[in-house]
Amino acid sequence: MSLDKEKIKHVAKLARISVDEAKVESLTKDLNSIFKFIEQLNELNTDKVEPLTSILNQSLRSRKDDISDGKIREKILKNSPKENEEFFVVPKVVE
Amino acid sequence: MADITNQSLNEIIENVKTKKVSSSELTKAYIKNIEGAKKLNAFVTTTFDLALDKSKKFDNKPNFDQLLPGIPLAVKDLFCTENTKTTAGSNILNNFIPSYESTVTKNLWDNGSFLLGKLNCDEFAMGSSNETSYYGNVINPVGDQLVPGGSSGGSSSALAADLTPATIGTDTGGSIRQPASFTGTVGLKPTYGLCSRWGIVAFASSLDQAGPMTKTIKDCAIMLEAMSGFDEKDSTSINKKKEQYSKNLKDNIKGLKIGIPKEYRVDNMPKEVDVLWEKGKKILKDLGAQLIDISLPHTKYALPTYYIVAPAEASSNLARYDGVRYGYRSKQGKDLIEMYEKTRSEGFGDEVKRRILIGTYVLSSGYYDAYYLKAQKVRQLIKKDFDDSFKNIDAILTPSTPSSAFKIGEKKNDPVSMYLNDIFTVPVNLAGLPALSMPAGVDNKGQPLGLQLIGKALDEQKILNIGYAFEKNCGFKNEIKKWWS
Repeated sequence: MSLDKEKIKHVAKLARISVDEAKVESLTKDLNSIFKFIEQLNELNTDKVEPLTSILNQSLRSRKDDISDGKIREKILKNSPKENEEFFVVPKVVE
Repeated sequence: MADITNQSLNEIIENVKTKKVSSSELTKAYIKNIEGAKKLNAFVTTTFDLALDKSKKFDNKPNFDQLLPGIPLAVKDLFCTENTKTTAGSNILNNFIPSYESTVTKNLWDNGSFLLGKLNCDEFAMGSSNETSYYGNVINPVGDQLVPGGSSGGSSSALAADLTPATIGTDTGGSIRQPASFTGTVGLKPTYGLCSRWGIVAFASSLDQAGPMTKTIKDCAIMLEAMSGFDEKDSTSINKKKEQYSKNLKDNIKGLKIGIPKEYRVDNMPKEVDVLWEKGKKILKDLGAQLIDISLPHTKYALPTYYIVAPAEASSNLARYDGVRYGYRSKQGKDLIEMYEKTRSEGFGDEVKRRILIGTYVLSSGYYDAYYLKAQKVRQLIKKDFDDSFKNIDAILTPSTPSSAFKIGEKKNDPVSMYLNDIFTVPVNLAGLPALSMPAGVDNKGQPLGLQLIGKALDEQKILNIGYAFEKNCGFKNEIKKWWS
């Protein structure tokens, strides 16, 4: 299948990335060449194959649901692009 | 005394232990090298004051029983380092200062080493030439027009140029092995789960593994021993006894069965790569190994599978960069959604955006079965190829890359031709296996080429041993002229 410009704008919206109108053309070309390459997989019949969901021969460990860390608000807020003393600040979302 | 940096890590460690050189002298020598090598653009951040301070502390109270006593090390800028900026080669993390240390780097420091600086890499480790970094191209010390490989291109360049005695990288589809091959150095991608992923900026979580990049196989064994080990903070970390890879290194490979997969001879592969592969086979055969022809029939589907699985996982992992809690935030955007969109558009480079879009698309409603599920099924077939072959053999020998280092800009505008560079390295990541790239010779331009040894899961010792025997008999010497200083 081929991706058109509208589809790409829709996917960009889903990915929360704004795309310049000027760049949509070259992006469409690149993505289509990549998908053409990817679609080689359709040559293979995989009807009876189980999907591989984990490469490890072990199941994921879980730990006890205990608090092992915390009280580090200051550390966590240190890298925030815009801060006040206690919260992350974002553009206004409620009127 | 001769140049104290133009030696293997193992020799440098011996020199420190026998007090031929102090940790401070060593650190100063590397700082001098780094300052004279700005043209290579291998470093994003240097931590000279910290390194000098640590080296003095070591010299005042040395502990020579450690694996890496008083050794300064630069690492790929994908490992979070406490209080030292960690960028992942991206504008979106340009101002990010972690408040924690990655497990792998912590393991290195606990073994006596300390940080010299952070090495350039492709943005979020997405690239095969180090051309996608926000901080600019890295130059290969082999030649001033050549890429150092990627994504661990700063690591390979710094190592080959004597700017660090050894280093670490990460390998999602070949990002340790391909740059090692391009610079005439050794690079190992361990078994998935051997080295903790905790504190490493995530790209594709089911494929990412950290590993050593060194000048020799012995150095590689030392570094792997230092960095690996169980970590309860990584839910995919394998809980097993720690191995002593360097102590157990043996060069006797008599009777080992080495598989030669016919599918690794691809169209348009330069003749020299084939010649080198033949040379490698002969060396191993002369050392008493048995060569066995094998088939890994789904090899050609590995790259298309990878370019579904890796972008899918990346699109999910990179969703966290939204300009709210850390990293870059766009000044534009009237509301929250627009702020996200502008931040991500301005913060990510073109290749990263491309992969996020691919990943978002293959996971989106209506396309999941056709792409992602299909890829997971083919991944199963690729793994089964290896499982079947490894019933009868000990390791597999292949070329590391289909060519030597290419020129800067040569493949930049053609994503698929860039992706094809990883054709021999990607299958291993999909199957979770360990693989080593070792320098084996040069092509007709005099540029280094590597051969790859693939092992069974957790069989790192065996491929290190084969590499050790190979290295002793190969006669490769990395002749790098220091044209940049």
